[in-house]
Amino acid sequence: MPAVQETVDRVRAIDVDQYKYGFETTIEMEKSERGISEDVIRFISAKKDEPAWMLEWRLDAYRRWQTMKEPNWARVSYDRIDYDQLYYYAAPKRNAAASLDEIDPEILKTYEKLGIPLREVELLEGIAPQNRVAVDAVFDSVSVATTFKAELAKAGVIFMPISEALREHPELVRKYLGSVVPVTDNFFATLNSAVFSDGSFVYIPPGVRCPMELSTYFRINERDTGQFERTLIIADKGSYVSYLEGCTAPKRDDNQLHAAVVELVALDDAEIKYSTVQNWYPGDNEGRGGIYNFVTKRGDCRGANSKISWTQVETGSAITWKYPSCILRGDNSRGEFYSIAVSNGMQQVDSGTKMIHLGKNTTSRIISKGISAGRSQNTYRGLVSAHKKAKGARNFTNCDSLLIGDQCGAHTVPYIESKNASAVFEHEATTSKISEDQMFYCQSRGLTEEEATALIVNGFVRDVLQQLPMEFAVEAQKLISISLEGSVG
Amino acid sequence: MADVTPLRTAAETGLSKLFEVRRLKLPGAAIAREEAFRYFEAMGLPHRRVEAFKYTDLRAALREAAPPAEAPADAAAREAVAAARGFAGLDAARISFVNGHLVGGASDLAGLPAGVAVVPLSAALTNGDPLLAHLAPVAQSRENPIYQLNAAFMADGAVIRVAAGAKVERPLHLRFVGTGREAFSTATRVLVVVEAGAEVTVLETHEGPDGVAYQPNDALDVVVAEGGRFLHSRLNAEGDAAVALSTVSARLGAGAHIETVNLVLGAVLSRHQLYLHFAGENATATVNGATMLRDGQLADSTLLADHAAVGGVSREQFKTVIDGDATGVFQGKIIVQQLAQKTDGKMKSDCLLLTDEGQMMNKPELEIFADDVVCGHGATCGAPDEDLLFYLMARGLPRPEAESLLVQAFLGEAIEAVSHAGARAALIGEIEAWLARRG
Repeated sequence: MPAVQETVDRVRAIDVDQYKYGFETTIEMEKSERGISEDVIRFISAKKDEPAWMLEWRLDAYRRWQTMKEPNWARVSYDRIDYDQLYYYAAPKRNAAASLDEIDPEILKTYEKLGIPLREVELLEGIAPQNRVAVDAVFDSVSVATTFKAELAKAGVIFMPISEALREHPELVRKYLGSVVPVTDNFFATLNSAVFSDGSFVYIPPGVRCPMELSTYFRINERDTGQFERTLIIADKGSYVSYLEGCTAPKRDDNQLHAAVVELVALDDAEIKYSTVQNWYPGDNEGRGGIYNFVTKRGDCRGANSKISWTQVETGSAITWKYPSCILRGDNSRGEFYSIAVSNGMQQVDSGTKMIHLGKNTTSRIISKGISAGRSQNTYRGLVSAHKKAKGARNFTNCDSLLIGDQCGAHTVPYIESKNASAVFEHEATTSKISEDQMFYCQSRGLTEEEATALIVNGFVRDVLQQLPMEFAVEAQKLISISLEGSVG
Repeated sequence: MADVTPLRTAAETGLSKLFEVRRLKLPGAAIAREEAFRYFEAMGLPHRRVEAFKYTDLRAALREAAPPAEAPADAAAREAVAAARGFAGLDAARISFVNGHLVGGASDLAGLPAGVAVVPLSAALTNGDPLLAHLAPVAQSRENPIYQLNAAFMADGAVIRVAAGAKVERPLHLRFVGTGREAFSTATRVLVVVEAGAEVTVLETHEGPDGVAYQPNDALDVVVAEGGRFLHSRLNAEGDAAVALSTVSARLGAGAHIETVNLVLGAVLSRHQLYLHFAGENATATVNGATMLRDGQLADSTLLADHAAVGGVSREQFKTVIDGDATGVFQGKIIVQQLAQKTDGKMKSDCLLLTDEGQMMNKPELEIFADDVVCGHGATCGAPDEDLLFYLMARGLPRPEAESLLVQAFLGEAIEAVSHAGARAALIGEIEAWLARRG
């Protein structure tokens, strides 16, 4: 399509101009010393006033991490990360989280600029109660505010930073932490286990439908700092929760590491819906800077009839290495993965999912839409497997890729492993450019080329957008068009 | 991780010793063999930590390196060839290989169709045949340890030239027969050069004794020049204890066409590797596979289609039927290089699991660097459809017959592509015989 050729150069220019969240907040920070050592881990643990077992857990992870090698199987390339040059802990000095008034006003301003409401009062005004969202705001290594905690507590829902949960509900954390993503799961998860700082802890008691959407907003601010958040969500029997996650970072010329671990546990009849809009700084048009997003996300459908659904819109990060997965252990449990991954500029995405069918009559569904533009590389990598005992397992996978411009690449690497005859697996994947017929149809009805492209791209990703909660869907739609601006309208 | 060098296994040590003994006795340039073997030696036998061999662990499967088979005595060779049954009823010019050596006395070298010239590989290597410049036509296959092992040990085979413009109607039948009671290994290489506008049909059969753990490693190199057509049907009916490795590497010129269909029935472990390189514009390929496995077997079909020129079309269809405790593996990769605009690639792997013990591993990959392409892959896996079985049973067919009929229809889609009617019928006959044995 000639027009796409023409826009390639414009596509190249977009990232620098378009990233709206690239500002920096100047604020006094307290940091650990540079590099990683047992002392640094002890420092982090002491900062958070953790129980002794937690420190031991971290140190054990650190020792194991030292024996591990960084994985190199993903289709991404980057300069070696010097783990001794990073800061593993950075927190605003004024971080007395007792009330919002005590939070550094600079931080409040930051979240205001990002459009994240931290004041419950402001939120309540003029907004229907069913649309309220509780927010846990994580700034570098610490949670700076968590809203609606009291109201959620009335319903029995625990929603707090994980460091606070370690103090207030150590027995719950100890029972579930590392039970889905074991300490030695992979290089980055093990590193996270050693140095994780903050993230959200959610517990929904039996039979409770969480009265509002929960969300965490991650912000990286400090230079040379890695963010290692840890999120743990437990949906007890018969409960339901919808959780949203968003993230941004300043524009910088050097890369920053974000190595998070997310663990979800769904017991009998419980359902967890986890949505992510990932918009870390993607680097400039020459590939300078940007976040390395090396994340381990996994859900365990531990109980019968449980359900875990992952929805992700990935537009940011210089490099994404992320495979939100479901272990379908309980009979009749269900896993879902809906993903839109948009890459532009010099971005590299290697993302996908794993659906591991262990229980009887488990079902899973994977819808993945990859859009590559600029000089980016976008890979879907996924595993669907059925264990011998997973009688009646079913999977449907659809991964489509769209290429905009001839400098980018789109790749699909699915693994489909069936170990019993009653499992039915279907997989389909296509790669194409925007069809000239579709473009002609739209343009002959008066749309400009960019409008037509945007319309078609939105249709292409519709299956996934429909899975997002309303507010997120709108944001995601905007993000996709911003990411592709220059090549689409 | 993959770069950790493990201890060498008995088979790896055995191969090194064999190579030391054999390298100067084998025909052709010792240096090329040396390079190939060093490449293999550095990698060792591939195992499950090597991505391309994730599902087929050769290090575990090959416990010992069997000694290379010597050329058999003429009478024994004739006897073995006479017993071979694959494509036996078809009218074809036959070239027979017994234990990896070309047996002139059991071949129709004198009665070749017009336009076809065949030279034994051993002679070509000894005399430095200029056509050997076409060996190893696909770069990626040179990174494959099985193929390199073949390059190090290849003892015989054939160099076949199909003259420009020749339309050869009578097929060439490459008949590979193994014989013996002790484990042995073979390494053959056949090079087919199809010159511009020429067309040839090549049939290939592989048979050997049951109960003998022999180790064939066969390679077929194909170069199809502009507008040429290479039509290829292959039957793996190896003995039930064989570990059979094979590689087809083909390079396609502008407007060239390749059709290759492989039916796998034999060997306890087989791995058939296909490397296709679309070097010229508008080249087309039909690559099909049908695999039927029973207890204890593992069959791996691994395919790489590298589109490097504009307008290539590839169609790949693989069908696997698994009965009992057997494992099917399909790994397919379509690469579309940046220049290969207007590529149209479709790849499909379907599997029928007839019993609960079977397993199927599918890995269909796309790697795409051009935007104006249409590429897709599909993979399915499941048991025979109960509704279809019910339909047939309601019409009076007993369940096993109904199942057989469905299996035939299922595999038939892959076999239908065979252009040569006789070969197509013979392959369908093999499928029916397999089903009849199943009962």
